[in-house]
Amino acid sequence: MSEVLVVVEATREFGVKKVTCEMLTLARELGTPSAVVLGGPGAAEALSAKLGEYGAEKIYAAESEEIDGYLVAPKATVLAELVRRVQPAAVLLASAQEGKEIAARLAVKLDNGILTDVVGLDADGTATQVVFAGSAIVKSKVTRGLPLVTVRPNSVTPAPAAATPVVEQLTVTVGDADKLAKVVDRVAEQKGSRPELTEASVVVSGGRGVGNADNFKLVEELADLLGGAVGASRAAVDSGFYPHQFQVGQTGKTVSPQLYVALGISGAIQHRAGMQTSKTIVAVNKDGEAPIFELADFGVVGDLFKIVPQAAEEIRKRR
Amino acid sequence: MNIVVLVKQVPDSGADRNLRSDDNTIDRGSANNVINEMDEYAIEEALKIKEAHGGEVTVLTMGPDRATESIRKALSMGPDKAVHVVDDALHGSCAVATSKVLAAALNNLNADLVLCGAESTDGRVQVIPHMIAERLGVAALTGARKLTVDGATLTVERQTEEGYEVVTASTPAVVSVWDTINEPRYPSFKGIMAAKKKPVQTLSLADLGVAPAEVGLDGATSAVLEHSKRPPRSGGAKVTDEGSGGAQLVEFLATEKFV
Repeated sequence: MSEVLVVVEATREFGVKKVTCEMLTLARELGTPSAVVLGGPGAAEALSAKLGEYGAEKIYAAESEEIDGYLVAPKATVLAELVRRVQPAAVLLASAQEGKEIAARLAVKLDNGILTDVVGLDADGTATQVVFAGSAIVKSKVTRGLPLVTVRPNSVTPAPAAATPVVEQLTVTVGDADKLAKVVDRVAEQKGSRPELTEASVVVSGGRGVGNADNFKLVEELADLLGGAVGASRAAVDSGFYPHQFQVGQTGKTVSPQLYVALGISGAIQHRAGMQTSKTIVAVNKDGEAPIFELADFGVVGDLFKIVPQAAEEIRKRR
Repeated sequence: MNIVVLVKQVPDSGADRNLRSDDNTIDRGSANNVINEMDEYAIEEALKIKEAHGGEVTVLTMGPDRATESIRKALSMGPDKAVHVVDDALHGSCAVATSKVLAAALNNLNADLVLCGAESTDGRVQVIPHMIAERLGVAALTGARKLTVDGATLTVERQTEEGYEVVTASTPAVVSVWDTINEPRYPSFKGIMAAKKKPVQTLSLADLGVAPAEVGLDGATSAVLEHSKRPPRSGGAKVTDEGSGGAQLVEFLATEKFV
């Protein structure tokens, strides 16, 4: 079977991200998965066990200070070289900022089509995309070159399939043209052990109804009890209740968790755009006419400051 | 500083949007077409830089005739002039071809800085800034929530999952921005009147030296095979809290095995 390249998404702190395991699972249906690690020196070693667990037969490791020290371009150059050499059946990247950006440059370098935010991919290269704020489903295909797709997190259920990957070190030659955007600092802002928003199985979000930044503790508490991530509506972010990187909606993150809990969120189209493909939706809002209830599998009309503490207490009791 | 802002006209994301049944492209005819919201932040950033450092701001749009409305709207915020790439052959162009056309137009504009929104609300593909940078051989500083200009040095704070990265480059460069970067101004009455007289240059593919076969549906590198409406969600149970709403909520979560 032919090779399918999966470009690994990982974080310094937590290692291989869930979307990488999802892509490896998807890749196994299309061919033989090879993981591509593009990072600083030693990046691949910490990740190889997990990549093997999800079926990577091979790991291409491109490790250099230059890959780490400049934005995106060196990664695309290394990947383009690899694609030209191994002629894979498909190239999968995560549908997140950097994955899309690497794919963008790869598409130009190879004069190859690109599909983003893909939620399913058939062996013949037909991709499924959900567009227009989750209101339409599109079947599409790359018609020039190989299937180059970015896969939306939480689209595939990751399934382990142990393999013992062979590691191949790639020679990294990065020219001046790829060293134009220099990363001079990386600052961590996200604290704590909550799962990453787009990857989380459970997301608990707060909106304008939460009232102020301090009250977001209530949202965080429920998220922690459910093992979920915290999100916020644009109204809440614009009001300064919660940082922008947690914004769910048209101009924020798109999430598709198993469970989405909307607290004090009216459900404007801006917000629905980012969450309406969630499997189960639960809403608490004091306005019984709020559009969020049109989406919710279970809704409670009432004061979230009474309902949420009671729910938290009830969850603790059931443990 | 010579700044070019990329502005795209999109169907209003606050209303129903559809794909055309004949060729699976975005139905722009029936839609209320507006400036891509994120682009307004790019225009604002360009105007702020011009105010602080001098220079000129040009709006660059690729789109059908009706995109003129969005160009005038953009100009009413304060840019000096606009370039509109319009050609029937562009209908149905993919991102790869779009970046080719925009790069060709930018080649004639000698921009020190190309500003654009991080993504459009219709496609949300987020690839154009890097595609253009790749074609022009210039730096791309993408996803900026803050941009500082110091002579020819640009520094951005780029939002990431873990926090942010500080990234620098020298001009010329492409910078894409999120809506956290500023608060776009509203056009003044004076601005709206002035916009009517600002120069808008229209360019065809022939003017840019791009062959029609390289763009549009025929030249596309990907194709939409079919589309369908996603079945709308229907609301489920809704209860009014009469003292046990929290417990009822947890009961539901328990039956769904989340608790």
